[in-house]
Amino acid sequence: MSSVTLTREFTKGFLRENPVFVLLLGMCPTLGVTSSAINGLGMGLATTAVLLGSNIVIAVVKDLIPDKVRIPAFIVIIASFVTIIDLTMAAFLPPLHEQLGLFIPLIVVNCIILGRAEAFASRNTLVASAVDGLGMGLGFAFALTLLGAIREFLGAGAIFGLPVPFLFDNPILIFIMPPGAFIALGFLIAVVNTLREKAGA
Amino acid sequence: MKKLESTLPNMFIVLTLIALISAAALGATYGVTEPILAEQARQRRIQAVSEVVPAFDNQPTDEAITPPDNPSVQLFPARRAGEAVGAAVQISTGAGYGGTIELMVGFGSDGTVTGLSVLRHQETPGLGARITQEGFRSQFVGQAPADELQIDGITAATISSQAVIAAVERAWQILESTGGIR
Repeated sequence: MSSVTLTREFTKGFLRENPVFVLLLGMCPTLGVTSSAINGLGMGLATTAVLLGSNIVIAVVKDLIPDKVRIPAFIVIIASFVTIIDLTMAAFLPPLHEQLGLFIPLIVVNCIILGRAEAFASRNTLVASAVDGLGMGLGFAFALTLLGAIREFLGAGAIFGLPVPFLFDNPILIFIMPPGAFIALGFLIAVVNTLREKAGA
Repeated sequence: MKKLESTLPNMFIVLTLIALISAAALGATYGVTEPILAEQARQRRIQAVSEVVPAFDNQPTDEAITPPDNPSVQLFPARRAGEAVGAAVQISTGAGYGGTIELMVGFGSDGTVTGLSVLRHQETPGLGARITQEGFRSQFVGQAPADELQIDGITAATISSQAVIAAVERAWQILESTGGIR
């Protein structure tokens, strides 16, 4: 595989095939954890780690897995990675783990992971799958961080915990509550769709 | 390499192997992180207790008492030089606006509240969540639940405020009924 296509595999996750804005996969963590930029970033990076790991392992063992049992095999591999990340985060990054708590185990059922395993890693080489996992994961992290930053800015009057003058004293509370997640995501998807149309995608 | 065929033995062996390898990886991770997690949980509890009771020199978390008729409550006696100076009560209430509120309430030997901290809650951000703020919590300090508590509730968060007040009163009753501070 030439480096041009590898670059393409890497960058597709950011806009062209962004899991959140374009594929609309993984909506549960997207809406649930993005009440602040740092939460979005943490969840995004945790998902990236799982995605990278599971894509690599699945690309390596894909020929050893009989077709009929591939889905259970993928799920066991993914679930193991998630639990390892969960325990490691709890031990070494406790404050972040406290915030993301419930959502880490939910990475298992995040469609992006199984989707990439099934659609990409089980058919492509190790290098391409690793690049795909990294690109998709970072695209997911980018989307969650952006959404988190917008919600935190409007709803708590801060960005990455740094207070913004005026808004900090008069935040628009609804944006850090669940309905705000839908509103902010809706506008973001509209913006991304406009950008993609302009780019002729 | 050719793809392995989906025969019964193949499927059986592959799934078993994947499960075994995964289990081994999980076991290893657990072995490394478990002691760290246990220590963190202990530190958090010691921290929570010491925030609400007068200075002590015993190990309240090692002497914790669980009242038999209130198994969800834990009492942490605080002693200095062998003398009881207070107790912390860990209590949870379901009377909040959004799920369970978990509190650590400290009492001095005179029966007044020495401190209150909110360990966990899911109240509405910006409204009920203000029960965690100093301005609300500090009102309790110095008041005795045996008399009536005089607390200004949080505007637009009456349910959350009332839940905390009721929980503090209940914490005192449970502490009293299990022998008070000793």
